[in-house]
Amino acid sequence: MGKTLSETIISEHCQRDVEAGEIVLTPVDVCLLQDGTGPLAIRQFEKLGLKKLANPSRTVFFLDHAAPSPRRELSNDHKFIREFVAKTGAQLSDIGGGISHQVINEYYVNPGDILIGADSHTCTGGALCAFSTGMGSSDVAVAMGLGKTWLRVPESFKVVVKGEFPFGVYAKDLILHFIGMIGSDGATYKALEFCGETIENMTMSQRLTLANMAVEAGAKVGLIASDKVTFKYLKEMGRGNKYREIKPDSDATYEKTIEMDVSKLEPQISFPHTVDNTRPLSQAKGIKVQQVFLGTCTNARLDDLKIFYEIIKRKKKDPHTRVIVTPASRKVYLDAMKLGYIQAFMEFGAEILPSGCGPCVGVHGGVGADGDNILSTMNRNFKGRMGNPESNIYLASPAVCAASAIKGEIADPREFLRDKKTKVAKSRAKTKKK
Amino acid sequence: MALKGKVWKFGDDISTDLIAPGKYFHLRSNLPEMAKHVMEDADPTFASKVQEGDFLVAGKNFGLGSSREHAPTIIKLAGVSAVLAKSFARIFYRNAINIGLPVLICDTDQFETGDELEVDLEKGVIINSTKNLKFTFAALPQVMINILNDGGLIAHIEKHKDFKLN
Repeated sequence: MGKTLSETIISEHCQRDVEAGEIVLTPVDVCLLQDGTGPLAIRQFEKLGLKKLANPSRTVFFLDHAAPSPRRELSNDHKFIREFVAKTGAQLSDIGGGISHQVINEYYVNPGDILIGADSHTCTGGALCAFSTGMGSSDVAVAMGLGKTWLRVPESFKVVVKGEFPFGVYAKDLILHFIGMIGSDGATYKALEFCGETIENMTMSQRLTLANMAVEAGAKVGLIASDKVTFKYLKEMGRGNKYREIKPDSDATYEKTIEMDVSKLEPQISFPHTVDNTRPLSQAKGIKVQQVFLGTCTNARLDDLKIFYEIIKRKKKDPHTRVIVTPASRKVYLDAMKLGYIQAFMEFGAEILPSGCGPCVGVHGGVGADGDNILSTMNRNFKGRMGNPESNIYLASPAVCAASAIKGEIADPREFLRDKKTKVAKSRAKTKKK
Repeated sequence: MALKGKVWKFGDDISTDLIAPGKYFHLRSNLPEMAKHVMEDADPTFASKVQEGDFLVAGKNFGLGSSREHAPTIIKLAGVSAVLAKSFARIFYRNAINIGLPVLICDTDQFETGDELEVDLEKGVIINSTKNLKFTFAALPQVMINILNDGGLIAHIEKHKDFKLN
């Protein structure tokens, strides 16, 4: 019988054919931990009396949630992690290195890998066709030591996406719309497999946005078959030799097939306080925003910063709106500096914070006031998420965030973007007339 | 083992941000202190009123969001003996079992704060003695029963030196 991507990857690891519904023990290739979950994982690891990591070169700790540390307790947690890393030979991405889900995919994850991470957005790695899923500290502690975990092989939903994105509409709008459609528990315990012409034409950056938010529909993982886009990305990251083509079998069994067409999709907004509270932009325009946040593992890659830059360059932000930017990683930050984006953001009136998760998890940087509306490129808008349960979080694409930062209210990016295609079409028409 | 206690009722989609708010991120290495703030943004009085053995009861998709194992841990530290909900988010569910907090899937619509419950984990029966109602709940996969019976994942691995699936 044919296999889905999840069944293919897990079968390879178990060295036998597995199918959805089975509970299996499987080797784990990569372990991800961060400063919020790492200290507990280390304590659990030590409770087990373990000393050695199964795979130190692919056990990676990220100091990204409280980076740099705003408090003594967290400084001590960081120290605890650094000492453990020094003792065991694990890998460390220290403060400023970037957000775990960005850096792990830049440097560690390959197609066909099984990655488990003590962070729910570990599912981002599905974009590289790695079976990547979030677990708690204890599970990751055991995987660090034994090099394996147990999994229930998930049933899969095949999400077939067709059509070309209208200008001003992106993968973020697609995934917000999708979650609005199926609900925040619409795919609980399931694997999502994104496919179709729209996905095939998507850049890796946009694919990472899509996979990142699989967990917001309850899914275990959001996978995309590896292809030439995957190869190009791996090559750019200096590990083209790790590329492998992984595709689902044509006769694989899916629990459900969901078809979507993006050609008429509007920009989307998730209203407070759940991600599935999604509405088209037309129903949100004019809502005043006191803060705009361009950042997080969802939308702070170079392409995202570029989209924001194209809209805000040579403009000033609304004086009543604060704008915060956190590039996803040191690499993204450096590239954005070289391209002049950072300078433009600062001239626009934005504050640039270190690469990390601080504002998105309510740890530090950008906590809203009571009654504030915050428009953010992040993946979650739960009550209290950014540190104050009395502020409201709206989710959108970097383009919507940029337009809204200019206007001080939720605004349509298409008012500020030049539609290159229409322009081309118009100039062609002119030529014909001549 | 029969558990007995009172119901604390919450709604649908209780996120890990409501259970273990990010503003207490710095208390993640001091869980007894963090437990004083459990569910604070959903009900600021919960942590001070909950009694040893009580049940946290909610609607659908309990525990959605983050992978923070601190969330089920502080629910347990606050004295809660089990969480009952119509459904659970995946990572929270697995974490709860891993730290030895029973999580039971059942129809919770008729439960109200203050109802007296008796739960028999082995028989899979919940009795609401206030309302004179009886429910059954679905059995866990065997590996999860083993982990829960051993007192959580770490104790399970210590005992068997591996996962025991069957």
